[in-house]
Amino acid sequence: MPPETANPSLGWNVARDVGELLEYHFMVNALLAGTIVAVMAGLVGWLMVLRHEAFAGHTLSTMAFPGASGASLAGIPAAWGYFLFCGAGALAIGRVTGGRRPALREQSAAIGAVQAGALALGFLFVSLYGGILGSLESLLFGDILAISDGQLLALGAIAVAVLAALGLIARPLLFASVDPEVARARGVPVRGLSAGFLVLLGVAVAATSQITGPLLVFALLVAPPATAQLLTARPALSLLLTVLIGEAIVWLGMGISYFSVYPAGFFIAAIAFAVYLLARALLGLRATASRLSSQSTPPALAEPLA
Amino acid sequence: MLAHEFMRNALLAGIFVALACGVCGWFVVLRGQVFAGDALSHVAFPGALAAAAAGIDERVGLFIATVAVGAGIALLGRSAVAARGGTVAGQTPADDTAIGIVFTFVLGLGLFFLTLFGLSSAGGTGIQAAHTLFGSIFGLGGGEARLAAAIGLAIVALVLGIARPLLFATLVPDVAAARGVPTRLLGVGFLALLGLVAAEATQAVGALLLLGLLAAPAAAAHRLTASPFAGIALAGALAVLAMVAGLILAYEVPSLPPSTAVVGVALAIYAASAVRS
Repeated sequence: MPPETANPSLGWNVARDVGELLEYHFMVNALLAGTIVAVMAGLVGWLMVLRHEAFAGHTLSTMAFPGASGASLAGIPAAWGYFLFCGAGALAIGRVTGGRRPALREQSAAIGAVQAGALALGFLFVSLYGGILGSLESLLFGDILAISDGQLLALGAIAVAVLAALGLIARPLLFASVDPEVARARGVPVRGLSAGFLVLLGVAVAATSQITGPLLVFALLVAPPATAQLLTARPALSLLLTVLIGEAIVWLGMGISYFSVYPAGFFIAAIAFAVYLLARALLGLRATASRLSSQSTPPALAEPLA
Repeated sequence: MLAHEFMRNALLAGIFVALACGVCGWFVVLRGQVFAGDALSHVAFPGALAAAAAGIDERVGLFIATVAVGAGIALLGRSAVAARGGTVAGQTPADDTAIGIVFTFVLGLGLFFLTLFGLSSAGGTGIQAAHTLFGSIFGLGGGEARLAAAIGLAIVALVLGIARPLLFATLVPDVAAARGVPTRLLGVGFLALLGLVAAEATQAVGALLLLGLLAAPAAAAHRLTASPFAGIALAGALAVLAMVAGLILAYEVPSLPPSTAVVGVALAIYAASAVRS
């Protein structure tokens, strides 16, 4: 929670406003945490978007509910329950979608079944616990301004571990994602890589939800990579763009929310949506322009020039 | 058990909502769109909050929001596939990105409205009003239960009405389009219909039941029979079975929440079908 003395007001002097924002320790912690998460979520999300696993990612984010309620029931910290359920959920999804290559249609149903089962467990835990489970809204939307130094350190360590693991499996995973048939024939362990990636995704989702809340993780996991992949087909450039867009969304969202009464999650989600729509509109304009210019030039004349 | 009015209401609403979820779910599973159904169930609450903020009836707002977002997801998803140079037909894996982005934004709006109501002097009346819409299945009144049953029946009739062209457009989209079947319109219309199911189910029985009843009975039916119309009937019957068995189980075991019981039975049916096939 922001201290009572904070009385933010936005003036014309941007440098002064930013300076004021950085005077508060909780705000510095929040910005650092947001910066770390934007890098991790962007890079993991880039592969998630490429592999069309957004539903799996969303299902992992809903593990917050059984994770937190189960942890209360067992008397352990909520974050532990969350990471535990995310890991278990990732393995379950890997199991139901990986076996004997089920059809695409079966996959969406199987992931939905995993999510329904996890949420049903959550309701059962709440019923067995019988007490009050904190504020549901702060559980579901996160509380970025309450990040302690210890949590920040833990977040940094998790991000380094996830990115190191991702770096180790990046090349075969990319191969397996783009062309699973050929990769399998070449001896790449496609199933193992899929399961491993889902576990990394689960950890990244659990960490991201500390910033945005579980319900809004996609603002950082899906929107930046989806936008970058729309704009360029080159992997390295696309990854760089993903991180830059993610950082811009986090900093802008947090900065605006500091000077406003509305929570950061809302601004982060809204900016992410706007950035994606803008990229789509740009792409549409470019397609229309190239169609118009190709129509105005007769093909017979255009070809020797090109 | 049937002497209790709350149990009679729960069974009446539950059976017809389950029937609608099962029948609709057969197509949802066939088209690989369980994520869309899940996302639409999340849209219901922000929709109700937005309606409260705008001063219109929450129930109306909730239905408008889910149906509009359903159609919006269909439109955005299709054009995303086209923009990447893919084919605009059949299984549409690229939809998942568009769904994720749209529903995250809608949830962000929900957070905005929660804060708005928290700040306003009118206090939590808007939140209160929205919360009353998302009751437990054991808390339904007689009028609400009858309304839920009627809407459930109407949804089943609508799905059966478009079943033949929708099946054609889903299985062989290119041929269907060549034969003059409006595949694009059917795709948008079906997701709008799914929005209707989501709105109906979330406010009558809760979002969890919607997801469980949409995915599990239909997936089991797909495993058990390849015949479309037998599959649709089986999906509806299994969903109703899960609902009735779950409600009875929850009635007998007080510490078991009804939603957990119903989803548990539905998942058990799905697991049994996986073992059998």
